[in-house]
Amino acid sequence: MERFDFIELKVPAKAEYVGVVRLSISGIANRMGFSYEDIEDLKVAISEAITNTVTHAYEDNDDGEVTIGFGVYEDRLEVMVADHGGSFNLNEVKDGIGPYKHTDSIEDLKEGGFGLFLIDALMDKVQINNNYGVIVLMTKYLNETEVGFDDDQISTTQ
Amino acid sequence: MNLSVDVVEETNKSIVNLAGEIDAYTAPELKEALLPLTKQSGHLVEVDLEQVNYMDSTGLGIFISALKSTKENNSQMTLVNIQDRVLRLFKITGLDEIMDINSAIRGGSE
Repeated sequence: MERFDFIELKVPAKAEYVGVVRLSISGIANRMGFSYEDIEDLKVAISEAITNTVTHAYEDNDDGEVTIGFGVYEDRLEVMVADHGGSFNLNEVKDGIGPYKHTDSIEDLKEGGFGLFLIDALMDKVQINNNYGVIVLMTKYLNETEVGFDDDQISTTQ
Repeated sequence: MNLSVDVVEETNKSIVNLAGEIDAYTAPELKEALLPLTKQSGHLVEVDLEQVNYMDSTGLGIFISALKSTKENNSQMTLVNIQDRVLRLFKITGLDEIMDINSAIRGGSE
């Protein structure tokens, strides 16, 4: 069994706590030796995952919680974001995500359509389980030069 | 982890100076300040992002809304002094293709 440290954080499903979690991941990733760029990527990815649960799962009541787990491994950071309060329609969320294309009209652009796309673009591996609440599991490797599986737009930036 | 929004009015132009972080918590404040400015026909809205050190898709969403509003109301929006990290999100999502973004040259007319 691979050794790892596990950190768990539970915050109210409210927008004001997204920044708190962002500071937490920044500290953990910094401790692990991630680069400045990678830390910024992690901050955006975890914010997107939590924003999703804050805006989608708890629209009717605001007393829900989001559980965040950090698996600190030798070579990677695994981040789990779980909301057990409700669930959003995953297909609906997946529908229409992706980069803007010239063929799309500006009118069709969705205000909230880029969250999952950004997670996918910024992390090395992303899994989403929608069977019981919503669990997003995302991984970023230390010293990973190749970012993303299939999106050449990512690897060409900076 | 806050955002300050400061609007300077000039003739036919509003300069929106932002400082801090744009996320799910601060985005509503930005939307409230930015959208009304785009509803004036012929108006130019210049958003200065020099002091914005963090933004995620909620911020992108606000700028998409504002862009749509400029098209509907015959106004214009330009984003100036945008930091590399923030610009990167516009590039990844392809939004840099449709938004007027000026990252290199200092904006404003002060």
